[in-house]
Amino acid sequence: MDEFSVLVGGRAGDGINEAGMIIARLYNQLGYCLYMYLDYPSLIRGGHNFAIVRAAGKKIGAHRDKVDFLLALNQDTIDRHKGRLKKNSVVIYDSDEVKSPDAVGFGLPLKTMAKEAGAPSIARNSGLIGAFSGAAGIEWRIVEDVMRKEIPQSIDENMEVARRGRDGIDGNGLKVERRSYPCCPVITGNEMIGLGLLRGGLDAYVAYPMTPSSGILHFLAKVAGEFSIKVVHPENEIAVILMAQGFAYAGKKVAIGTSGGGFCLMTEGMSLAGMAEMPLVVVVSMRAGPSTGVPTYTAQSDLHFVMNAGQGEFTRLVIAPGDLEQAYFWSATSMSLAWKYQIPAVLLSDKTLSESAYSFNLEEAREIPDIRPLLADGEGGYRRYARTEDGISPLAFPSMKGTVVKANGYAHLESGITTENGEEIAAVQEKSLLKEKSLIEELKGLPAVRTYGSEEGSTALLCWGSNKPVCAEVGEKLGLRVVQPVVLSPFPTPQFEEALRGVERTISVETNSTGQLARLIRSRGFEADDLILKYDARPFSVEDLEERLLEVTR
Amino acid sequence: MKPKDLATTAQNTWCPGCGNFAILNAIRPVLADLDEEGHIPIENVVLVGGIGCHAKIVDYVNANSFYAIHGRTIPVATGIKLANPDLTVICFAGDGDAYAEGLDHLIFAAKRNVDITTIIHDNRVYGLTTGQYTPTSPSGFLGRSTPKGLEVPPINPLEIVFASGGSFIARGYSHGIELLKEVFREAILHRGFSFVDVLQVCATFFNLYDYYNERVYTLAEHDPRDRARAEEKMREWDYNSDGPIPLGIFYREEAPTFGENFAKYNSKVADRSGAIKKTLEGFI
Repeated sequence: MDEFSVLVGGRAGDGINEAGMIIARLYNQLGYCLYMYLDYPSLIRGGHNFAIVRAAGKKIGAHRDKVDFLLALNQDTIDRHKGRLKKNSVVIYDSDEVKSPDAVGFGLPLKTMAKEAGAPSIARNSGLIGAFSGAAGIEWRIVEDVMRKEIPQSIDENMEVARRGRDGIDGNGLKVERRSYPCCPVITGNEMIGLGLLRGGLDAYVAYPMTPSSGILHFLAKVAGEFSIKVVHPENEIAVILMAQGFAYAGKKVAIGTSGGGFCLMTEGMSLAGMAEMPLVVVVSMRAGPSTGVPTYTAQSDLHFVMNAGQGEFTRLVIAPGDLEQAYFWSATSMSLAWKYQIPAVLLSDKTLSESAYSFNLEEAREIPDIRPLLADGEGGYRRYARTEDGISPLAFPSMKGTVVKANGYAHLESGITTENGEEIAAVQEKSLLKEKSLIEELKGLPAVRTYGSEEGSTALLCWGSNKPVCAEVGEKLGLRVVQPVVLSPFPTPQFEEALRGVERTISVETNSTGQLARLIRSRGFEADDLILKYDARPFSVEDLEERLLEVTR
Repeated sequence: MKPKDLATTAQNTWCPGCGNFAILNAIRPVLADLDEEGHIPIENVVLVGGIGCHAKIVDYVNANSFYAIHGRTIPVATGIKLANPDLTVICFAGDGDAYAEGLDHLIFAAKRNVDITTIIHDNRVYGLTTGQYTPTSPSGFLGRSTPKGLEVPPINPLEIVFASGGSFIARGYSHGIELLKEVFREAILHRGFSFVDVLQVCATFFNLYDYYNERVYTLAEHDPRDRARAEEKMREWDYNSDGPIPLGIFYREEAPTFGENFAKYNSKVADRSGAIKKTLEGFI
């Protein structure tokens, strides 16, 4: 077999995420590229959580609906997912919990095994992993290495449960052969955004917790000491974006993170950053809305919101990376662009990219360009908003003797002192337009639009953000071209036009109900001929997209 | 440095008789003196303003400043202080700013005891929006949004800041510049969250000069370290009744400040790429 999908399911609190990550790391040791989709409702204990781990010998970043292994810690998992089984799929379950397995499989008394091994009941998942490793024919040495690295406590007891689980398998199963994909870090989008921001010179991260962006806050708080950064969790998102501008004013590179609801509160701060020319990176990880929507599920429905949030007209950058290599590159590069152009930059993610785990291949990530801010030379009277040819004023920060730095969210003179004079106000607006023009030029040298699949394909799938991997995979298989604008504002029109050269038909693939990318490109003179939209708050699986494509191309 | 060195070319647009002049004329000599005496070089000072008549003060002082938005001076000031603890950060906010739009930030700044100074231009009326009630307007206040009289009593901001953990609490009055200078200086030099509510008269929409002149007195023989006594003095006037109005420093304590536990920025951690590669190895 070329690839495997493993579903592990149970209740919240059963360690499903951890079990999925261990299974992913086992495959990682065997030369596979990994993707793990995590599905969980918004509750702390109970409910139904599951992870689908997909392992393939080539680059992937999407899940399949059908699974080869179904690992069930409770009856609910069997009942909900038995439709995913194929003829030769292997089912392993906790026979202490599952009373009607409904399929031929291995029933193991995991609860009893954990108890007998003196392990906490969460170690049932270790028993499941042990049994899986037996059925998949994975060497015990690899299992032991991975588990000892991943499990924080009661490791010997967990290993004992795993061994008992493995012994309960009679040797039949689906054997996993070694492949040759490089052994890579398997890491979530949120953690990768955090690393990219660090690579971009991050000094401070400020955030109020909100799913699905909180992973960035947790990760950066954990590594703050090692990287010498400050991580602050203030009273609300309004304070977040204002505090961040205090950091920026004082010369510290700062990023903030939230989801749609928190970003609503940040809009006045976005506008202030626009007027006061404060460099900021704002990570917005989308979830299904409107309002509370579905907190732990995915959507791409905030594109036009982030592009337009905040009163007045000002230059901003909006970037939607689609995989980890792009997330790393653009998290770093958005910081340097925000500082060079003194603008707010929005890094748009979603639950799928933020919380799924992927194999990250640093070799595949592009070299981070060396883009630097323009700093004042300290000569002559300093003017914070000096008007220049490209719209960019040299930066200075307190405390420099003889230099007064006056930032202002009101219309202002070059000195930073408030004005209501008509000519001056027009000049402030023109300065913003000049910066946008300079930024558009700079973007021409950056991978602002990417293409995948068949280079010659006359039908193009248009996608943005986390739909890139599923589109790239399906596009490749079906001989379609795939065009992904990564930068969405300012829209890279020339690069997009170039990417579409020779295309006769376009199909926009989006996880929203109105086709937000289609609407955006229409305003730039392009047309999406068909829309494939999904708005049940779940990401496209490979099968989903193939079926939907058959419908529109039939 | 002389106070006049802190003047700017901006034209002053406050009304004649505005209490904001007193705050401006008190802060300039205080900052000039602190610089002259070597306590705080002027380039280390950052002024943060909100929105309203008060905020124009940042245009009128030739020092570093961030003219922010309504209600949001305190988070901006907090960010500046955390980013560079060597800076002295002074917020100027109106009563609408700090007690209505941004009350959450005031409470949290006091709770954190972040080392910034907040000076409230408390004229107890919205001036720039032409005369509506604020959180400190007395009940019965006839404003443009409450033409039949304000139904609810005001809040006592001193008690709110005290209850939230502020470590320096004072009140000034725009008639009495010497006391203002003394209080501002002490507030700026205090390590921790310093809060000064200035009864600043709006000559156009709520002229309380006569009212205050009859009732204010300066605290004497008051030990600001005495919590119980400080609280009693704060309660002597509730911003509503006609009781005597104490001015001066009510409360002051030494306490740990927010951000002390943050590691100092360390330029030696320069090899970010190496550190990132090392972190990534943990995810294999």
